[in-house]
This record gives sequence, structure tokens and C-alpha cells, in this order.
Amino acid sequence: MDGAAPLFRMEGISKRYGGVRALEKADLTVAAGGIHAILGENGAGKSTLIKIMAGVVAPDEGTMTLDGREVSFASPAAANQSGIVCIFQELSLIPELSVADNIVISDPPKRFGMIDRKAQRRIAEEALARAGASDIHPCALVKDLPLSRRQMVEIAKALARKPRILILDEATSALTAADVAKVFEVLKRLRSEGLALLYISHRMNEIAELADHCTVFRNGRNVASYPAGSKSDNEVVELMIGREYSHIFPPKPGPTAAATTVLEARNLSWADRLDNISLSVRAGEVVGLGGLDGQGQRELLLAFFGVLRGLSGEILIDGKPVSIASPTAASHGRIGMALIPEDRKTEGLMLPMTVRENLSFAALDRLSKGGIIDRAAEQRLIDDMVGLLAIKTAGLDIPVGALSGGNQQKVVIAKWLMRQPRIILLNDPTRGIDVGTKQELYQLMRKLADAGAAILFYSTDYDELIGCCDRVLVLYDGAVKRELVGAEITEHALIASALNIHGEGAGPRQGAGA
Amino acid sequence: MKDWRYWLAEQRGTLLAFGIFIVMFAIYSANHPAGFTANVVQTAANKGVLLAFVAMAQTLVVITAGIDLSVGMIFTLTNCMASWLVIGTGLETAFGVLAVLGTGLLCGAVNGAIVIYGRLQPIVATIATGAVFFGLALLLRPVPGGSVNEDLADFLTGRFFGVVPASLVALLVIVLVVWVPFSRSELGRAAYAAGSSETAAYMSGVPIRRGKFLAYTLAGLLAAIGGLFLTFFTYTGEAAYASGNAYTLFSIAAVVLGGVSLFGGKGSAIGAIFGALAFRTIGDLLFVFDFDPLWQPLFQGVILLIAVSLGAFALFRVRNRLEWFL
Repeated sequence: MDGAAPLFRMEGISKRYGGVRALEKADLTVAAGGIHAILGENGAGKSTLIKIMAGVVAPDEGTMTLDGREVSFASPAAANQSGIVCIFQELSLIPELSVADNIVISDPPKRFGMIDRKAQRRIAEEALARAGASDIHPCALVKDLPLSRRQMVEIAKALARKPRILILDEATSALTAADVAKVFEVLKRLRSEGLALLYISHRMNEIAELADHCTVFRNGRNVASYPAGSKSDNEVVELMIGREYSHIFPPKPGPTAAATTVLEARNLSWADRLDNISLSVRAGEVVGLGGLDGQGQRELLLAFFGVLRGLSGEILIDGKPVSIASPTAASHGRIGMALIPEDRKTEGLMLPMTVRENLSFAALDRLSKGGIIDRAAEQRLIDDMVGLLAIKTAGLDIPVGALSGGNQQKVVIAKWLMRQPRIILLNDPTRGIDVGTKQELYQLMRKLADAGAAILFYSTDYDELIGCCDRVLVLYDGAVKRELVGAEITEHALIASALNIHGEGAGPRQGAGA
Repeated sequence: MKDWRYWLAEQRGTLLAFGIFIVMFAIYSANHPAGFTANVVQTAANKGVLLAFVAMAQTLVVITAGIDLSVGMIFTLTNCMASWLVIGTGLETAFGVLAVLGTGLLCGAVNGAIVIYGRLQPIVATIATGAVFFGLALLLRPVPGGSVNEDLADFLTGRFFGVVPASLVALLVIVLVVWVPFSRSELGRAAYAAGSSETAAYMSGVPIRRGKFLAYTLAGLLAAIGGLFLTFFTYTGEAAYASGNAYTLFSIAAVVLGGVSLFGGKGSAIGAIFGALAFRTIGDLLFVFDFDPLWQPLFQGVILLIAVSLGAFALFRVRNRLEWFL
């Protein structure tokens, strides 16, 4: 940053979503002709930062300067015009349009007011060649391309806009090793052409190879900025640790006599998202799924719950192989599985319907006789659940959408507890709910385990995994990379294994557990 | 090298509709008592283009992942209007035509404004505006009547050089003047992009709102052209509720037959035109085979069901069952 004036600077940027602080007085300085890596654990504020840079969200306060002039972006298009182009983690390609259409989408070449298809074709071919992806045909429809090819199109699309600052948010996560090598060549060439590149990745080896400069984010603030290579992996992990916690966890029972294994997976693979996963969960045990967001945890839970087709490998319940063809099959009969989904608004609740109706959905078959719902039995069970979970609601007949987030989540959980499940899968159940409710959920989870349930618990909050779990399996790239047991579950170990680097935690057990 | 394959894949829906139409029309004219004559073609064309115009209108809106349940009523309203205005001297007639087309544009623009800026769902917004348009039509023509410049009407519904139906030529001209520029314009592509994935389009800086607005507005124009031709064929205006609604529903059927995806982002008005012509021919087929006309709705329904089912096969390939519901 010495010498040349910075190309782009963010100062004192803050952003809140509701009561949640995503960024707090964050600063960032970007120089031309360099690759700047941004590091931080889940929820450290990286995504919010680049969304602000790219004009997707507006900051609550703070200033951005480009070439020394203050700028603000009302939309992604405005940011593009200023030369800031972002390749987002969620792809921004339009599936029904062709590759060439997509590459020129924001500013197609025109002749007589109509799109010049020949020029468009030429631009697309150039951009694809520049991205090292000339194997992709410009006329192919994006929806017909596999994920890794789409990612290359996304990069070509960004390049076609002639950016001055190019932001890559986990842009290599879907790529094959050969593509990553090509993309790295491209990025290095762009750097030598004087572009500024912001590189967000959880892959430490990529950062080591590419970055000139690194900035670490924690709790919505930039906590350290240093030239690449001047800190060891361990020092970087230390910088990323240190979120402020205020959770209280119920005591763990400690190692118990070997209970029977209830849920077991052997060599589970699906598409390119799950890679040979084996695990087992015993009755009375809370097993955590850790790792960075999007490493296959969600797919693993969906696989158990019978949502994925074309799954290879075996699922065993009580030691016997089963095939689970649908959520209905998973929750019924002797399997008795429940999945608390990640997004309660779309996958957990029917928001406009009443609390009563929502509570009964999963258990309607048990509550009805000859297809008619037994209202008295329903009422008894609902009363039990409302009491057990202390759901705060003005009544059972108000829309569930009117409850607070924490109480909505309780309804989702209660809905499944009405079936008395033996296996409970939880997909990040505490996201976006208040601390008090979180504590109640931790206690409930332990209570259910003590009563003999087998619990598989995915959380993006490492502290929860430490506080709640008897064991934690850390996923990376769809595979279980490490199993942490008991006292091994520390924040350091969780972050290091989530990044797939090996910290000095004593005697880590490599590979799949069970 | 393999370019033609991509072109073929892209045009598959259109070509399929074209094929269905050709087969049906071949069967129809082969069994027609008069055979494949200029007269038979002209009559079929005149019946077909009305639905073709309305189906083109529907296509524009469906591409944006919307639906326009008011197209049939714009068609009816402009028919009633034309029966008052498209009459008299050449200049008066020209003014009348412009007024009718302008009304169509305005109706479409109102739909677009309500859906895009008022953020109402297209289905609800256009049911309401459709009722309004029909109400206006009823005020204009409480009872059927009126007249039209017959010289113009006969010219546009007759034949050129004794063989080519004029209405088909008119349809071709409209395709060249309205559809082709739209589909190749930046805003046209924005309409496709918005229909295919609105979030991705927004993230890419596509002018979504203007694209959708243009689609709705041009849909109004195309429905008005249909209304104008209805007047040329019938010489009168009539605020017929059942006929307006039938055109709306048939236009959706034609669009689906023509390979336009109701989920948006995919398809072409050319496909919808052949879908419309094919749909019309289904009805005519029953006529030449001497079926009881009572069978017509049932038969049309079955054909439509078969055609629509073809589009659902893709669901068998989905590997994550949650994607069924997206």
C-alpha cells in the first residue's frame, strides 16, 4: 500500500440486518496490480463487505472512494459501470440463455438498435479464450452446462466487462483442479495487466499461491492486514478465532457406556457434492457436523431424509440396511427420523396457516382415524408440545408467521417431536434466533438425547458445536476430513480442520469415523 | 461447426409446433371435400391468424414468467372500438387504425405498470384489468353492430395474386416488424432474462423492469392487431364475453403447444403462431371427419394434455427432489 495511491478504499463501513451486526466500522484498501485475499470464518462479514462493494446492498454508514473520489452504488449495474465486477458464489447466470447471451448480458453490442449477434459471438469467444475456457461453445445454453463449466462462463462474463476491480467470492469452489490451474494463470495475467483482484476463498493453499496481501475479518471488523506469506497458517487461524459468545450450554454427560448405533452411513456419495461419507450415530449421542458452509452438510442431511435421488452407498438403521425413498418413508415406521430444515420459512412452516395446523402436519397420520383428524387427541399432543418447548404464542389459531423467529423455530421442532422421532437431524437450527431461545434449544437437544434420541446436528456456529456435541465430524468438499471427540473439540481444531489445514491439536484422527 | 445443432436445440419447440401443424393441416386438406385449394387455405388462414395474434401477445408476457388473462378482452375491446372508428375516407380510416392500435398499447402498458410498479401478481392484475377492458367494450357496443371500411377489410382478408392469403402476409409483416426486433433487442433479452431468473438478471445489471414493461405493452398492441382483424372478418363489433375469454384460454394453449415455457425465459412467438394454427386445425379436423361438433372441446383438450405432458419429462432427471418444487 506504500507509494502508489490506493485504487479503492472503504472506510468505517457498517451494516446491520435487523438486530444483527454484519459489519462494524470495517476498512479495506485495495491497490491496483495486486491480488488481495480476504479471510474470515462463517459470518465474519466477508460476504456483506463484497455485496456492498458490488452494489448489491447499501451500507448503513461509511464511505467508499474510487480513484480518490467518493462513490456509492445504487445497483450492481452502477458498480459495474465504475469497473467493479463481482463473481458471486451463487451464480448470476441466466439458465435459459446461451453462453454468449450471458457473457454480454449487461451491455450487448448493438447494430441498428438490435443486438449484433456476430459481434456478440466474437466478444464471447474472446472472453472465453481469456478465461481459458475455449472448450465451451458460445451457443450452448447455460442450463445444459455442468456446474464447473458454468463457473468458467461466469468468469468469462466478468472479464468481458473489462473490470478494474474483480472480486472472486469462492469462485473456485465448483471447479475441477485443471480449471483451477487455468483460472490461476488468468488471474496472474490480470494482475500483471494492472487489475485489482479481491480473492475470497477458504482454501489456504490457493491463497498462499495467489495472494499478495491478506486481510482477516472477524466479527464484522477487519482485524489484521499483512503481506501474504508473513504469517503461518496457525497465526492466521488464531486471528480468525475470537468471536464474542454469550451462550450457556447444558453439561455434557461425558463418555457413556457404548449404546447401540441407531443411524449409520457407509460410503455415501451423491453427484459431486457428497464424497464417500461414512459415519454412525448412537442412541443418546449428539454428533455435530462442522466445516465451512456449503461443504455438503445440507446434502448429507437431505440424503438421510430421502430427498436425494441417485445416492450411492448404504444407510443403516439399527444396523439393518434400508432404502429411504422419501421424507414420508424417513419419518414413518421403524425409521422414525425427523429433519429440522435450515430455512424454516420455506421448508419448515406454512407461514399463513395457524400454529395448530403447522404443529399437526407431520403427525397427521398418527392423529387421524379413517382419515378424520381426532381433534381431542390433537389438542392433547399440542398442549404437551407447547408446554415442553415453552412456545410463546397468543393462541394456537393465529398464523405462525406472526410469531417471533425463535418461537417459529420452536414450532418447527415441536412439529417433529409430535412424532417422537428416534433420529433427529438438525440443519443449522439456531440461525437468526435470539440467544435466550438458543439456550432453550441446546437444553432441549440434550434432553432428547438423554431420552435416547440419536441427534445429528449441523451448525455454522463453531461455539455451538463445541458446547453441544459429543463428537464433531468436519466436512470439506463433501467428505469427512476429521473427527473430533470430546476435549478435542476446540475452536482452533474446528477452524483448522474446516480449512483443511492440520493444526497442532494432539492426535487428530484422520478420515471418516465410525 | 456444430452450430446448427445448438440452433436446432433452441428451435426445437418451434419446429415441433410447426411439424404438428403441417401434419394436421395435411390431414385436414387431404380430407377436405374441396382439397388443397386457395379457398380452403384462405378460410383456414383467416380463422387462424386471429388466434395467432393473440397467442403472440400471450407469448411476450409468458416469456417474462407472467401471464396475461386480459389479452382476450383487449382483443374484444379493440374490436368494438374498430367498429366505430375504422371507417370513412382513407384518412379517417388511417386515424381509426392508429387509435385502435394506440388503445391496445395503452391497455398493455396499464397491465405492465400494475404488474411491475404495483407489484401485483400478473394473474390477479390481468383478471381485473380484463374485466375493466370488457366493461369498456360493453359500453362501446351494448349490442353488436357497427361497421368497418370494407375496402380495407376485403383487401386484408382476401388473396394476393389469387393464391396467397392476405391475412397470412399481414401476420408475416407483424412478425417482422414487432417480434423480430423485440427478440433481438436489449430489452427483449431483458424480458427473457427476467423470466428465466430474475435474481440472476438483477445481479447482472439487466434492465428488468423496462424489459418486462415493453413485453406487456407490445402484448397489448398485438392483441389490438388481432381485434382489428376480427373486425375486418366480421364487419362488426361485438362485446362477446365468452369469445373474449375463449381467446385468452386458447392463447395459453397455443403458447404451450408452441413450445413456450410457462415458467418463463424460453420460447418464441413463431412457435406460438404455429401452436395457434395447429390448435385451430384440431377443430377443423373434426369438421372434415364429420364428427359431432359436440366432441370438439373434448378432443382439443386431449390433444392439449398430450402436448403439455411432453414438457414434464424433464422432471424424471431431477436428482434432488426439492428441485421439483422450485
